[in-house]
Order: sequence, then structure tokens, then C-alpha cells
Amino acid sequence: MATIVTSPTETKPGQPANPAKLYGLIAEFETPGDLMAAAEKVRDAGYKWWDCHTPFPVHGLDKAMGIKRTILPVLVFGAGATGTFAAFLLQAFTNSWDFTIWAGVWVTGYPYLISGKPAMSLPAFIPVMFEVTILFAALTTVSMMFLFNGLPQLYHPLFRSNRFRRASNDRFFISIEARDPKFLPRKTEEFLKSLDPVAVEAVED
Amino acid sequence: MTTLTPESQVGRMVDNTVDRPGERAPLVLNMDTFTQVTATVCRVSEAEKAPLAWYIAFAGSLGLLGLLGICIGYLIVTGVGVWGLNNPVMWAYDITNFVFWVGIGHAGTLISAILFLFRQKWRTGINRFAEAMTIFAVICAGTFPGIHVGRVWFAYWLFPIPNQMEMWPQFRSPLLWDVFAVSTYFTVSLLFWYTGMVPDLATLRDRAKGKVQQLAYGLFALGWRGSNRHWHRYERAYLLLAALSTPLVLSVHSVVSFDFATSQLPGWHTTIFPPYFVAGAIFSGFAMVVTLAVPARELFGLKDLITLRHLDNMNKVILVTGCMVGYAYAMEFFIAWYSGAMYEKFAFINRAFGQYWWAYWIMVSCNVITPQLFWFKRIRTSIPIMFVLSIFVNVGMWFERFVIIVTSLANDFLPTSWDLFTPTWVDIGTMVGAFGLFFTLFLLFCRFLPMIAMAEVKAIMPQADPHGAGAGKHGHDHGHGHDKPRDGAHGHH
Repeated sequence: MATIVTSPTETKPGQPANPAKLYGLIAEFETPGDLMAAAEKVRDAGYKWWDCHTPFPVHGLDKAMGIKRTILPVLVFGAGATGTFAAFLLQAFTNSWDFTIWAGVWVTGYPYLISGKPAMSLPAFIPVMFEVTILFAALTTVSMMFLFNGLPQLYHPLFRSNRFRRASNDRFFISIEARDPKFLPRKTEEFLKSLDPVAVEAVED
Repeated sequence: MTTLTPESQVGRMVDNTVDRPGERAPLVLNMDTFTQVTATVCRVSEAEKAPLAWYIAFAGSLGLLGLLGICIGYLIVTGVGVWGLNNPVMWAYDITNFVFWVGIGHAGTLISAILFLFRQKWRTGINRFAEAMTIFAVICAGTFPGIHVGRVWFAYWLFPIPNQMEMWPQFRSPLLWDVFAVSTYFTVSLLFWYTGMVPDLATLRDRAKGKVQQLAYGLFALGWRGSNRHWHRYERAYLLLAALSTPLVLSVHSVVSFDFATSQLPGWHTTIFPPYFVAGAIFSGFAMVVTLAVPARELFGLKDLITLRHLDNMNKVILVTGCMVGYAYAMEFFIAWYSGAMYEKFAFINRAFGQYWWAYWIMVSCNVITPQLFWFKRIRTSIPIMFVLSIFVNVGMWFERFVIIVTSLANDFLPTSWDLFTPTWVDIGTMVGAFGLFFTLFLLFCRFLPMIAMAEVKAIMPQADPHGAGAGKHGHDHGHGHDKPRDGAHGHH
């Protein structure tokens, strides 16, 4: 939109510095209900590169947007099972077996004889197996969630918009990106305005 | 969003501890808009200066932290002989403090995980700072076994790291299970706390005026922009973390109790220990949440978000877990008699009437008798009384661990090997100093981080329901959602 070239020092958030290309359009809504109704229409209009931005998760919005369920739980299950197995091997190797392996350095197992208990005391290994299961699963949950979300991403074109700051406070936004095959600046703007938003704004990339 | 209507003015006087059939008591008082929640919570960290009481408390905490540093420094350069430990009593204040702090740490995860799975919406007002409390309590707890090993520079022997002796830790020992349980618990609690805080850090980032704040909050907010495609995975992840933390929280204090229960010592060798320790941990943890919540909500103006109903509910949990703890004390005595084992019988009679009788009766009066007062609603909803009672519970639970550990060790099988434990100034200084560490961290948290989970609180407001009061511009004429609150019944979560 803006074609005036300003020096970087004069740049304020929301005011693009260069005649950059359009990132997309954002529409602001006042309530979760308004957003939900609008999201259903955007979905039905066939847009692909679009999103809703809300200060808290709005229930039912996933369906209204047509988001597929994440495969995160499957990965977490795998990580948990890996943890169980890894903890078993760790304990069996260090306390029950006496062969040498290379794990960064050469290490040898040491079959302890404690109170006449068998070298392979599986019941005694269970607490650590349980804890490591949880540890692996929890680390995977959080790291994969952020990874799939493409975070950390400290810069994003949407942060240029001052209006958009309320997305973490009390307003609800729909953004449609310019790279969407159905995106036509004028037409998409008209479409967003027809959804009864408070405002529609263009965001430069 | 909404202007003041007579209806919402009525809300200003509402007593949300009263249950009206067919109606859900409001959990957020005197607020009609989301931005009021944001402003109320952010005001604490955005204020130029903290309240005077904060500075006084912080100075006091730093003083105690210094004392902890001195005591630990003295211990490290001299040796564990500076404590009052002797031959039979090789665990005393150190392990008492360890178990005490781990126990305190249980409330946070219980609130964030178990109450989340049970869809207890009131958790949103208190979960953030209860989780923070958990993390700081586990830091305090972790300090004690660390310094108790004596030669702290060998503390890495606790972990299965290849070392010059070509020896490994002994995985059949509950002490090693403890290392894994507590370190996993700390890691998972930290992940849970931080993950929950990311959206709120983004709120602080978006409101930040100064460059430093913008950068600091911005960095830790990871670029969160409230995208619903992100929220979708975020909510899944949060549910998974809750599901993982629930058995974890129960396992941690069970494993701590194994430190005692798997030994042969009379008074320790009992099967009731795991559930009894877990109940005690929740009991003490909730008491600490009340101890912290009462002054915090006064000081930082959070009374509309941490309402009397939240406190009332917590006091009910204290009552329930207090009853469980009382039952466990009675059952221990019964089993000691019923077992017919002479040493068990002696251990328990000795606890109540031996040299440490005073510690035992402090424990019973604080943990069994005082929480019974919470049967009365007037007491459950009285701020000064609940504050005093919560401190009684904290004291009682410290003594519980002292009684279990010290009385059993001091008088075991052979009278010739008996000895009494007397704490030294270093013992007492370390115990008091740990509170300095805890409160220093907690006060810093209150000052600089969002003390209440804003995103979660907003999500439980009636206005957040896209089909109810939040249904749009023409939506709020038909009732504020207060009259006919929905049961989260939109099927698709």
C-alpha cells in the first residue's frame, strides 16, 4: 500500500519501511462469536493460507477453520516408549551386564551384587523406567509442539501492525496471506469487509 | 464490549462462594471485558515501583538467602560435621527439609494437571503462581540432598556418568530412584509452567513500553502470535502434559517415601507410606498456596481473579487431605499394634511419648486438629483465619517429616546404639535460609512475570463462549451467560 520510502530510523511498527510486497490482509473482530461466524465463511470460500488470531483458544474454532487434528500424541507415545526402553537398557547395562560399549567414551557395565539380589532386578528398575518415560514424553510434547508451530520465530510481518497487538489482549483477528492462490487484493478486501469486522488492514511483508 | 448494565452492577456484590442450583458461580468478579483481565494482571509487572511491602519482603528474603549461603559455604569448607548428625541419626534436618520442600512442590502440578483433567475451571486463577511455587520449592528441595552428600564436588556421582572409578550408580536403591524422580519432576514442572506462560509473555511483549521489556518478554514469548493453528497444537500439548504430569506427581512423593519404606527400620518399613506421603504433600502444598495467595492478592490487587471461592475450594482440599493424613497417622498406629512386631510397637509408642513427644504432638495438633476447623464455611471464607491455619499446616507438615525421620533413627532396634539428635545453628540457619531462597525467587516472579494465567482466565469467562455471551454484537442482550452458563458442552474441544 504505502509507496513512500522512509529511512529505517523513522520506521514505526505498522509502517512499512520499503515498498515491500503485501503480506496479507487482517480483519479485526470484537467477539469470539463474530470471529467464529467469519472463520466459517473464510473456510467455505476456499482459502488455504489463512489463520485466526485470538488471545485465548476459542472452543469450536478448530472445526470452524477446518483444522486437521495434530499427530503430536502419536509422537509423544513413541517418545515415551523410547524412554521406557532406554531406561531399561541404561539400568541393565550399568548394573547387570559387564560388556564394554562406546558411548562417547568406552564404558563397561558392572554387575553389582547387592543384598544377594539378582543382577537383573527388573522390579527395582521400574521406578526409573517410569520417570524416564515421562521425561522423554514431556520433552517431546513441548519441543514438537513449538517445532510444528514454527516457533521460536521472533519476527513476523503481523508484528508490524499496531492494531494486531490486541490479538494478545482482547480482539480477534483473521489474517489471509497474499500467497494464497485465491488472494486478490481488492477482492479479498471486499470479502473480508463483508464479514462484518471492526476493521480491515493491509500488512506489508 | 459491554457497558455497565444494572445486571453487571449486581455482579459487583455477588458472593461467589454461594452455590445456586442450576447456576455456575462466577470465577471472575467485577470484570466484563477481556482487557480488564489483561490490565489487572499486567499492572503488577508494568508498574514503575512495586508496593512497599514487596521491597520489605524482598529485603528480608535476601537476608535469609545470605544466611543460607553462609551456612552452605561453612558446611562445604568444613564438612557435614557442622550439622548435629550423629551415628544413628544420619538424616535429620537436611532430609526433613528435602521432603518438606518436595511436598510443598506437589500442589502446583496437582492444580495444573489433575484439576485440569477434571475440568476444574477455578484452577485458572491460581495455577500460574502455584506452578511457580512448585518450581521454587523443588529448587529448595534439590539443594538439600546436594549438600547432604558431604563432598558436594562429587554430587555428579548421583548420575550415571562414566567416571574415573569405572563405577555406576546402584539402580536398585530408592535413593537413586529419587534422583530420577525429582529431576524429572523439576524438568516437567518447568516445561509445564513455561509452556503455559508463553501466550501471557506475548501479551506482556505487546504491551511493553520500554525496549528492555520488549526484548526480554519478546525473546521468551518465542514469537507467539495467538494463531489458532498454533493454539490447536498448544492445547493438545497442554492436555498431554497434564496427562503425563498426573501420574508423575503421584510417583514423585511415592518414590520419596520409598527412601524410607524400603528400609527395615521400625516406623519406616510400612506399606502405607506412598499414598500417605502423597496426601501429605498435597495437604502441605495447598497450605503453602493459601499462605502465598492471601497476601499476594491483597498486595497486587488480584482479589477479583483469586476470589474467595478459589480460597474456599483450596481450604476444602486442605480439609480432605488433612483427613487423609489423620487417617494415615491412626492407621500407622493400628498396624504397629496389629502386626505384633515388638519393634514397630515400640517405635510408635516412642514417637508419641518418647523424647520427641513434643514434636509428635505439634504434628498432630497442626495436621489433624486445625484443618478440621475448615468444616465451617465461616472459617473457610475468613481471610485471617485461613492464613493462620495454613501456617499451622506448614509447621505441622515440617514436624511430620522430622518425627518420621528422627524418631525412627534415634531409637531403632538396639538400645546400645540409640542417640538423640540436637540441631546446631547451621542446621537451623540452613532450614530458615531455604525460606529465603524460596521467597526471593517467588517475589521476583511476582514482580516480573504474569502471576495469573491471563489466557486461561479469559477462556473461562462467559464472554469467551462463542455460542453464549460472546456470540457477537447482537449476542449479549440475551443474558450475560451468567444466568445459563454452559457446561463447556460444545462437544468439539
